[in-house]
Amino acid sequence: MTKPSKYLEVTKIAANNQALQTLCDLPIGGTGIVRQLSGGREFTNVAASLGFTPGVEVTMVQNYHHGPLIVSLRDTRVALGRGEAVKILVEMV
Amino acid sequence: MNGQVRALTIALTGQPNVGKSTVFNVLTGLNQYVSNWPGKTCEQRIGSLNHNGLEIQVVDLPGTYSLTANSVEEQIARDYIIQGQPDVVAAVVDAASLERNLYLLAELLSLPSPLVLGLNRLDVAEQQGLHIEAHVLEAALGIPVIPMIASKGQGVRELLEACVVVACNPHEFLPNRPEIRADHKAVMQEIAALIDGCVPEPYPTDWVASKLLEGDEEVGRMMQSSLGENWQPVHAILLQHEDAFLAVASGRYEWIGRMVRAAVVRPKPGQVTVTDRLDRYATHPVWGLLILLCALGLLFFFTYALGSPLQVWLELNVVQAGAVWVSTLLAAGPEWLVGLLSQGVIAGVGTVLTLLPILVIFFIGLGLLEDLGYMARAAYVMDRFMHPMGLHGKSFLALFLGFGCNVPAVMGTRIIESPKARLLTILVAPLAPCTARLTVVALLSPIFFGPNAWWISLLLIALPMGVLLLMGKGLHEFALGGEHTAFIMELPLYQLPNIKEIGKGVSQRTLDFLQGAGTIILVVSVIMWALSHFPGGEIEESFLAVLGRAMAPVGNWMGLDWQMMVALLTSFVRKENTIPTLAVLYGAGQDGASLAQVLGGQLVPAAALAFLAVQVLFVPCVATVAAMVEETKSWRWTMLSVGLLLVISLGVGVGIYQGARLLGVGV
Repeated sequence: MTKPSKYLEVTKIAANNQALQTLCDLPIGGTGIVRQLSGGREFTNVAASLGFTPGVEVTMVQNYHHGPLIVSLRDTRVALGRGEAVKILVEMV
Repeated sequence: MNGQVRALTIALTGQPNVGKSTVFNVLTGLNQYVSNWPGKTCEQRIGSLNHNGLEIQVVDLPGTYSLTANSVEEQIARDYIIQGQPDVVAAVVDAASLERNLYLLAELLSLPSPLVLGLNRLDVAEQQGLHIEAHVLEAALGIPVIPMIASKGQGVRELLEACVVVACNPHEFLPNRPEIRADHKAVMQEIAALIDGCVPEPYPTDWVASKLLEGDEEVGRMMQSSLGENWQPVHAILLQHEDAFLAVASGRYEWIGRMVRAAVVRPKPGQVTVTDRLDRYATHPVWGLLILLCALGLLFFFTYALGSPLQVWLELNVVQAGAVWVSTLLAAGPEWLVGLLSQGVIAGVGTVLTLLPILVIFFIGLGLLEDLGYMARAAYVMDRFMHPMGLHGKSFLALFLGFGCNVPAVMGTRIIESPKARLLTILVAPLAPCTARLTVVALLSPIFFGPNAWWISLLLIALPMGVLLLMGKGLHEFALGGEHTAFIMELPLYQLPNIKEIGKGVSQRTLDFLQGAGTIILVVSVIMWALSHFPGGEIEESFLAVLGRAMAPVGNWMGLDWQMMVALLTSFVRKENTIPTLAVLYGAGQDGASLAQVLGGQLVPAAALAFLAVQVLFVPCVATVAAMVEETKSWRWTMLSVGLLLVISLGVGVGIYQGARLLGVGV
């Protein structure tokens, strides 16, 4: 039930910050800096313990525009679903 | 050393995939025992060793990325460190992903137990082009840092010695501790001041304040009950700072950045590693699927190409030979004793024994794939297909292998980390059509359906898979809360498999099966023999037949007589038992009549289809049920699954027969 509101929230934040995009929008080989995490405490907890915190540099390893993604950050590779990636807002560099 | 310490406890912690269990095995060798954490379905491994006359107990804590009570593992690890108060905590980290690994250390440092850092997998880090100066890191952190390559046994002894030194001199332990990000320092001090004096022992006040800011629900509940009405002002502050979690996490990573800056020399950017190169194919949407199919095909092939002949050999030369030997030895003894031993006990032992080759080969294959680092890739490739059912990509691997036999499928769910997804996979695993059930279908459909047998057989194989999807979805929505666990996981580096470690895992899993499931299988086999033998000595007059006759009304709805119901009941011991039971009950072999002849005219096609549909969906065999009990550690969940299958199978059977009658086909 909470899902739609979270998505709304994400798009709202994205619209307010023209420079920010969701992690999904990062092309293969592209690098972004994480600026914001949304979507519930449990998710942010897990994401942060895997290294996603504001300021960290993320490089897209695999993104076929459907299905899960692979990114590299802090010398590790992390796989995540698109539903999760949309909650991570990045600034492209 | 002050010489007063006689016994020490070392808690071993680390993130997953850092080689922690290797360290544990090197340290404790064979002196370890496995049980469950009290009240949890999570494995607890404790080992002991003697070091220079010192009795040392090593507690292997579950692998966790952090200590934030998000999962059972994290809760266990932190409760043990806070309440169990080990003399020293040894944190094993992977040098190849040092920054991320130090996150757990940053959390551990805010707890009172003294720490030693094991900097493991330095060889892998070098391969990645990372060079780490352990002594520089040691100087920055203020805790002993031991360079290690545990897979080659290097550094483990030094780690142990450092642990002993630190444990014996706890007052000399003065580490550099991480702090919260500057913009949240004042809030944290405010909370610490509010809760000071009310924090239950042995929790450190600063740690509790930090956890409250992080939004830790468990700590929140604890403080709410301990503060009473004073909780209100704290709660108000927390509400204003709901985003504080990221400040805490960022603070930790900023601290980590400072710690590693001088100690790590990074590779030039743009260097393509072996893992990157392999992943280009292993995680590709098309190549990845093909590679996965090949890997599973090979595993499947080896399991059954090697396992099945061994099974047949064991069955002939050990089980049947044993039964004959017992019968001749006790030829003069009472008939029931011979029956009990040869048909009850030996049949039970035989089931366990003939399952072993398949299980062992399967465990070796699984261990290899896991140790290689491939399992995470397989999960990644399959996740998009399994996610809608609330299952994990790894569930697919376990279920796929259930096509051979449901027992390894249930045992194989150990590769699934998420407890919910694992439970769900176990509950639906009996619906993967196993070879024993396929044998029954293959033998009986030609008798019942003649030339139409081939396509009806295919339908009968597809049926349980369809039910599996529906039941998975249903259980996910109604019994397990329906929420999707977020799909976010680490893809570890590929590495050469460590044969010793795999061997250890295989023997552990096999022993578990023998002790837990083996016992249940044996007991149930004996009970089932007794039910089919007493009171008269003949199955036609046995308790089982009475039960079969009692079920006759249900059978009637499916167009089946009581003999058919008894055949279903005996399939509980072994699915193939349906065939010999039918043969006995319908008197095949008498007057030279074959099973095909006596059975052929017994059932109308609709009833035969109903019978086989029930057969493929029915209560799983005792070995599978035993494995389910062993793996879920819960009779309740196991019985839920078994009960559901009973209801579903009978429902489908009745539906098929009654539907056919309504339509007027096949009756």
